[in-house]
Amino acid sequence: MPHTKRRRLVTTAVAVSVGATALAACGSGDGSQAESGPVSLTYWTWTPGMDKVVDLWNKGPGKKDRITVTVKKQASGDTLVTKILTAHKANKAPDLVQAEYQTLPTLVSNDALADISEEVGDVEGKFAEGVWQQTTLGTDALYAVPQDIGPMMFYYRADLFEKYGLKVPTTWEQFAETARTLKKKAPDKALTTFSANDSGLFAGLAQQAGARWWTTSGDKWKVSVNDAATRKVAEFWGGLVEEGVIDNQPMYQPAWNKALNTGEEIAWVSAVWAPGTLTTAAPDTKGKWAMAPLPQWSPDEDVTGSWGGSSTAVTTDSAHKEAAATFAAWLNTDHDALNALAKEGGIYPASTSAQLSGAFSNPPAFFSNQPDFYTRAAGIAKTTAPSAWGPNVNVAYATFNDAFGAAAKSRSDFGAALDRMQDATVADMKKQGFGVSR
Amino acid sequence: MTSTRSRKAYGVKGAPYAFLLPATLLFALFLALPIGYAVWLSFRKAHVSGLGLGSGARSEVWAGFENYTEAFHDSELLHGALRVLGYGCVVVPVMLGLALLFALMLDSDKVRLAPFTRLAIFLPYAIPGVVAALMWGFLYLPDVSPFYFVLDRLGLPQPDLLDGGPLYLALSNIAVWGGTGFNMIVIYTSLRAIPAEVYEAARLDGATPLQTALRIKIPMVAPSLVLTFFFSIIATLQVFNEPTTLKPLTNSVNTSWSPLMKVYQDAFRRGDIYAAAAEATLIALATLVLSFGFLRAANRRDKQEAAG
Repeated sequence: MPHTKRRRLVTTAVAVSVGATALAACGSGDGSQAESGPVSLTYWTWTPGMDKVVDLWNKGPGKKDRITVTVKKQASGDTLVTKILTAHKANKAPDLVQAEYQTLPTLVSNDALADISEEVGDVEGKFAEGVWQQTTLGTDALYAVPQDIGPMMFYYRADLFEKYGLKVPTTWEQFAETARTLKKKAPDKALTTFSANDSGLFAGLAQQAGARWWTTSGDKWKVSVNDAATRKVAEFWGGLVEEGVIDNQPMYQPAWNKALNTGEEIAWVSAVWAPGTLTTAAPDTKGKWAMAPLPQWSPDEDVTGSWGGSSTAVTTDSAHKEAAATFAAWLNTDHDALNALAKEGGIYPASTSAQLSGAFSNPPAFFSNQPDFYTRAAGIAKTTAPSAWGPNVNVAYATFNDAFGAAAKSRSDFGAALDRMQDATVADMKKQGFGVSR
Repeated sequence: MTSTRSRKAYGVKGAPYAFLLPATLLFALFLALPIGYAVWLSFRKAHVSGLGLGSGARSEVWAGFENYTEAFHDSELLHGALRVLGYGCVVVPVMLGLALLFALMLDSDKVRLAPFTRLAIFLPYAIPGVVAALMWGFLYLPDVSPFYFVLDRLGLPQPDLLDGGPLYLALSNIAVWGGTGFNMIVIYTSLRAIPAEVYEAARLDGATPLQTALRIKIPMVAPSLVLTFFFSIIATLQVFNEPTTLKPLTNSVNTSWSPLMKVYQDAFRRGDIYAAAAEATLIALATLVLSFGFLRAANRRDKQEAAG
């Protein structure tokens, strides 16, 4: 087997110096991947300013390797997943796509993502274990390179907390107490809201509580969306909403913006990207917020969930997997690339070494009052609980919006809403023919 | 000679088909084929084996009527249909009533500034549905709406327009605001087409303007009323923009508020194009039955009246 041996040798060479694509191409026995001429790749992403970051590649390492990447700006979230899958049906998916971590199993189960474990080189060490595991789906394969992460944190109006004599809660029990105290002292204000329009928040809170929604044993999936940990989370928030001590309006709409801007809501359970959102939603409150770790379920714990975050994946339709994987690795590990990504796209990098350098040596402008913002953020990111995504997160998320939207509206039945989420998820998997154990 | 004659005969015989060809081709390519494909998809489903990871684990298989039985048993789809029915019961009568009223008023002799008024009533129709829904959404939100500010200052009660029964009124209002102008123009145009002798005769018989309106104008524009009703039914069954735009503002509008939203949700959020195709087929059939059923009923009445 001289061929295989030679190929393995070459792969090691790539691992040593990422960017030696031309060499790899010569050695690769696989005809479809042999590159000698210039390669041009298409990249679907929603990150703002990605074209500027890609320009760095096209003028730098890409020029040397004759790999040109073209950015095609897309909508984020589930619509992009559908678009990728539709394009993939016609074997016309772009070479590279941006994908949120929870959508990877869906994309993999549709055979849309290529295994790039051999092509990507030695980048595993640059990422936290919990983040890396999301891109391997616990297998030997690698389906994407982590790009950004969203470790969850607690944001609060430092000035108003002082005004009302509130202490920053370190446990969820204290969080509930804080909400009640505030309601007593200022009935027209609320600590925060329970919003049913972003499933990622709820998934992150469940993840912090130790939920593992999708797990596998043998060739069967086990779905535990309504496990004890998640139920604890649902009933905790449901209880607060029923009591009326927190608000029930959805996030990201004019009334919510106004509530944050005028201090009607004085805290927000969010993730590392919150400063960007607050800058546009509550511009008058600049410098009045502070960030703290997420409250814990028990005082001796130190764990957080994640809300958001995405990766760069290579599709099975790409005729240039090695070139694409090389670019994906550069984009998410190269110092200059990550710095540009942070500056242009406002992302928080998954690469641990980038979390404290360059763009992250100073706090975000909106939080100039908290100079150690990113030092604390990097510390919190290390405590991210492992996550467990399955092949139909989209169905669970869609059901969450409706079921918890109705529960939040009627201020009741959060437990039943959670069961609805579990039932819809299992029913969908069974309908599709997945092996599901109960 | 003979050969020329037979060729000529052939040419004449083939002419209709040649003329039909472009239309048939366009119909087949852009109507029959896509519809056929959607119907085909509605009888298919995805099938995954085991964990469904890795290549070749997913395939498309024949589903028979499974997607249809599921759609029929889907309470969410039924609720969506009922919600749209309730919404239609508000929108259609109010919109057409106002359109008829405005058309009659514009057609009366006493009106001033008619061209300006006509344009002003028609203008909302020119505003894209999504923009209109966004604008009204902002006006409905108590925290940002100037209306609520005024109500608050006057000490008047402030109804929550984005919840429960008022939500139907809020949604209907957007449709009425946007659609009245168009329907008014259709009715008004047909009012202008009524010959002047008819009015003259009515005046000679001593009919008051009100009598003229009720006994002459309305019966004579009945065909336009039928047409606008027909359009309105279809538009109502296809309502999508307004609830979709208002959805982020409130917990009361869910992702499958109207049947079309459910189709969108299934196709693009849940990624089940097969179920979505079946639901879309059902909605198309229901629209066809309702709208053409109405047309037939209207026609039959016309004929009866003509015979009587």
